[in-house]
Amino acid sequence: MNVTPNSFRTGPDERGHFGIFGGRYVAETLMPLILDLEKAYNTAKADPAFQGELQRLSLHYAGRPSPLYFAERLTRHLGGAKIYFKRDELNHTGSHKINNVLGQVLLAKRMGKTRVIAETGAGQHGVATATACALFDIPCVVFMGAVDVSRQSPNVVRMKMLGAEVRPVTAGSATLKDAMNEALRDWVATCETTFYCIGTVAGPHPYPAMVRDFQSVIGQETRKQMMDAEGRLPDTLVACIGGGSNAMGLFHPFLDDKSVRIVGVEAGGRGIETGEHAASLSGGMPGVLHGNRTYLLQDKEGQIIEAHSISAGLDYPGIGPEHSWLKELGRVEYVSATDDEALAAFQLLCKLEGIIPALEPAHALAHVTKLAPTLPADNLLVMNLCGRGDKDVFAVAERLGMKV
Amino acid sequence: MSRIARRFATLAADKRAGLVTYVTAGDPDIAVSYEILKGLPAAGADLIELGMPFTDPMADGPSIQLAGQRALKAGITVDATFDMVRRFRRETGDRDTPILLMGYYNLVYRRGAERFCREAQEAGIDGFILVDLPPEEADELKPHAVKAGIDTVLLTAPTTDDARLPAVLRYASGFVYFVSILGITGTASASEDAVRNHVARLRRHTSLPLGVGFGIKTPDQAAAVARHADAAVVGSAIVDRVKAGLDEQGRAKPDLVPGVLAYVKALSDGVRGVRKG
Repeated sequence: MNVTPNSFRTGPDERGHFGIFGGRYVAETLMPLILDLEKAYNTAKADPAFQGELQRLSLHYAGRPSPLYFAERLTRHLGGAKIYFKRDELNHTGSHKINNVLGQVLLAKRMGKTRVIAETGAGQHGVATATACALFDIPCVVFMGAVDVSRQSPNVVRMKMLGAEVRPVTAGSATLKDAMNEALRDWVATCETTFYCIGTVAGPHPYPAMVRDFQSVIGQETRKQMMDAEGRLPDTLVACIGGGSNAMGLFHPFLDDKSVRIVGVEAGGRGIETGEHAASLSGGMPGVLHGNRTYLLQDKEGQIIEAHSISAGLDYPGIGPEHSWLKELGRVEYVSATDDEALAAFQLLCKLEGIIPALEPAHALAHVTKLAPTLPADNLLVMNLCGRGDKDVFAVAERLGMKV
Repeated sequence: MSRIARRFATLAADKRAGLVTYVTAGDPDIAVSYEILKGLPAAGADLIELGMPFTDPMADGPSIQLAGQRALKAGITVDATFDMVRRFRRETGDRDTPILLMGYYNLVYRRGAERFCREAQEAGIDGFILVDLPPEEADELKPHAVKAGIDTVLLTAPTTDDARLPAVLRYASGFVYFVSILGITGTASASEDAVRNHVARLRRHTSLPLGVGFGIKTPDQAAAVARHADAAVVGSAIVDRVKAGLDEQGRAKPDLVPGVLAYVKALSDGVRGVRKG
């Protein structure tokens, strides 16, 4: 039985646990390295020089703050809540991923690591990592499922142009979870020199907290920008969730504002009832994978079930442990949107606002199209538009039968 | 005294090191896997590790990954694994060879640690080696294992320094498993010098027997480890012999089981050829 805490923003505890979730379930070889990382991160976090460098890069390199944009035509079209987009798709590299990567690669440099590895699904985290490694002149290897290599080929080209080595992973379902397995296998063999740059709020402690901290800039800016625009806090926040880093970045600064309703949207794939989806919270159970305890898609025995989503970035059978905790506490509502709903939302945004979204935030938008009409006109809704759709245009065109 | 402790005491009295053999439960199918299990003690295995297949074996190289996939495809489950051990104890009458389950924590967690420990003990299992359950998280298993009389063999690695070792050893029983390389199973091999140095370091911290594994592929390498450690652990190389015994359709050829056991015998000869103090 969960007791409502005084604050939802104090997790994790010193062992990296959010309630029963999180923790450090890794091979002994990695354990000392993870403890070192935690120490190094805590020191860096408290160091004004580190924070100053991160802010400088965030401002002049990544292009922050990203705008908070009032989507007037979409608001009129849906006829309900006043819809704002937090436009993290305008960041350098095209998504929110750069926020986290700049922090981690700066930390890698500071720790004297000479090689960076990353896993990627849609390729957005891989591109961001390749970018930061080019900037800091560190060799970079990105593990990517072979299925994703083919459905997100524009990002593969970008990573290679940026000087990264892309290693296609053919094991298992050849998607994000398998890329993460392979990155962990590489890391066990190279951990003394290599920094593992995890792309989402998952993995062993301190990653979920560290990635959340780097992404919280999204929510912090949103607070200020909404105060400037409307003189008050938003009423509703919506974000898509794969591992959950863009969502956690937007949500975390608002968790203790009781008036703010918070909604996370998982990938419903072909529908939760079909079993072919990536909605770990709606269709999964707690389990242990990739270094943490969290909700997972798994069978009765504990074998992991392959996820399905049209979006490579959401195609993962787990979710960040802090989301699992917030679900159990009831602070955040978790819903899902199907492949088809996301595709419809993708097209709607192109047409109404002249913005091509990534398929990942198209899931969040799909839920906004359902939710906004039920809310009054003075309800201020912020959706995190966390990535742009350049990487998806060929796959979507093919799916829609569009002649190119 | 646990079956594992008794076995190491016997080995010490015989003035030799032991051979620990790993096979994946249910590879290539449950019937053939059971035949291999049954034949291991006579082929010279002193302790047996039975791998519990997991869809996402993050610490394993290609050999054991593929073995796990073959076994899962053949329908292996936790219950079927327990059944194999129960049948082994009943049919062979072997009450002396320790059997340890090796795998990943999620299968234990889903069943519930208490129930898992109880059922494992009832089946005749003596110990667990859980790759992704470091001492930091071991509290959720250890009391149940102790209550069921099951040893928890913890892994130590080259990165486990002297400052950290006591925290790991606090949870260890049966023996201490030293992962001799930085890396996953079945890849690189450690030099004999490295094994000697690490074993000497570990002995300063514990009186538990020391098993050394990862990367041992030949009888000579097994013998080299046996000169320093109390046991040599061989996994991927044995699993590769299972794969070599499959036809194009993935079915066991008649010489699969004899081939695997002959290889285990060769490893055992290597280990037994080393006389200790």
